[in-house]
Amino acid sequence: MTFKYDNVFINSSSTTAGKYEANGPFGSLFDKTYNDFYIGCNNWESAEEKMNMDSLQILFKKINKKTTDIDLFISGSLLNQIIPSNYIASKLKIPYLGIYSACATSVEGLIIASNFIESKQIKNSIVTTSSHNNAAEKQFRYPVEYGGVKPKTTTFTTTGSASIYLSNVKSSIKVESSTIGRVIDMGVTDVFNMGAVMAPACADTIYRHLIDTKRDVNYYDLILSGDLGIYGKDILKDYMNKEYGINLTNYDDSASMIFDIKCQDVYAGGSGPVCLPLVTYTYIFDLMKKKKLKKVLLVATGSLHSVQSVNEKMTIPAIAHAISLEVIE
Amino acid sequence: MYKSLVNKHKPKEDYLKNEVIAFIVGGLMGIIAQALIDIYSYILNIPSKDASTFMIVTLIFIGCLLTCLGFFDNIVKKCGAGLIVPITGFAHSMMSAALDFRKEGMINGIGANMFKLAGSVIVFGVVSAYIFGLIRYLFFGGAI
Repeated sequence: MTFKYDNVFINSSSTTAGKYEANGPFGSLFDKTYNDFYIGCNNWESAEEKMNMDSLQILFKKINKKTTDIDLFISGSLLNQIIPSNYIASKLKIPYLGIYSACATSVEGLIIASNFIESKQIKNSIVTTSSHNNAAEKQFRYPVEYGGVKPKTTTFTTTGSASIYLSNVKSSIKVESSTIGRVIDMGVTDVFNMGAVMAPACADTIYRHLIDTKRDVNYYDLILSGDLGIYGKDILKDYMNKEYGINLTNYDDSASMIFDIKCQDVYAGGSGPVCLPLVTYTYIFDLMKKKKLKKVLLVATGSLHSVQSVNEKMTIPAIAHAISLEVIE
Repeated sequence: MYKSLVNKHKPKEDYLKNEVIAFIVGGLMGIIAQALIDIYSYILNIPSKDASTFMIVTLIFIGCLLTCLGFFDNIVKKCGAGLIVPITGFAHSMMSAALDFRKEGMINGIGANMFKLAGSVIVFGVVSAYIFGLIRYLFFGGAI
């Protein structure tokens, strides 16, 4: 399912990030960074909500608009019942769609917003995604202070919030097309190797996007996947080649970029719904504005498991959504 | 098919390194514990059986304190089973769970979740103690 757009533009974006991301290669590009995981809140769940609020306040300042000017607010998070998004929506009082597809949430939000804007049902929309390392660790894995030795393929949930404002008002970056992914389950049960879980879904979406748009893989200056990590990235390249005969050359993975993997203790790289937007809304948008990248395909990947499904040894389904962004002259 | 592709790209875990570190750290823990027993029984002039209780309390206290101060997890990451298997690991697993859930209240938070990791150790510790106790009673007459 691929959609083409003519009237959807990215006007502005904002990012807030935690201390690990601040110490990473893009630390100076974030609008706001935090030194600790509580950021003055009583608990981690509230801290994630606070990061959302901060990124939205920055965004509203940048676009110089009030909440009443916004037609639709779309938001998602990793936490149970997407609670940080719900709380922030209760404060904003903008019509709200809460969405979940794990780490593919950001692009899912962009696709929904783009389709509404293209069909002229709304004029503009804000999409916010967030994740919080400690809150996610507590929910999905072991207690934060426990430590313990983890496999090298483990990914490290990124902390931060990223908001983006899309509208039908022309700007330098256009949303060109999008492809809604299919859920792929290859029978992987290892929750500590989410790159392996998500790589086939990512490959499927990239392949179907290229088929639907009748494009060659080299059409894009960059294909950026969500959070496969350094090992998942290799699996994707290998799988893409063997299964579809496609050589991914102009390709990178945001999970492998957001941290300094050699120096920071983050295993195979980042993960979480905010990983891809943190890289895209800062570094990638900067490169696009400088016209060093003109055509970018974002492929956000999500591992759709729950704590219970993992404990019950069930296989992990995965999804990937793709959105194509282009610089307009 | 896909599984073999995944395994091809799976990095080798440093099992040997982890085992050696765990062996050395675990051994060191044993030496420290024995030293504590000797010190307690010498200073307080008590039998070593009582001194070992003092030693356990001391190690649990130190483990919990380091967990609360926030750097025991960093040591555990490096030392692995060397610190997880001894009594320090047991205390640490309870304390770290309690820290995570303390914001959810005394009953639904700390009380309900403190044994999230340690619960399995207690349950299967009791079960295996029961089985081995039974074997000992039935086959050796409780003699050894």
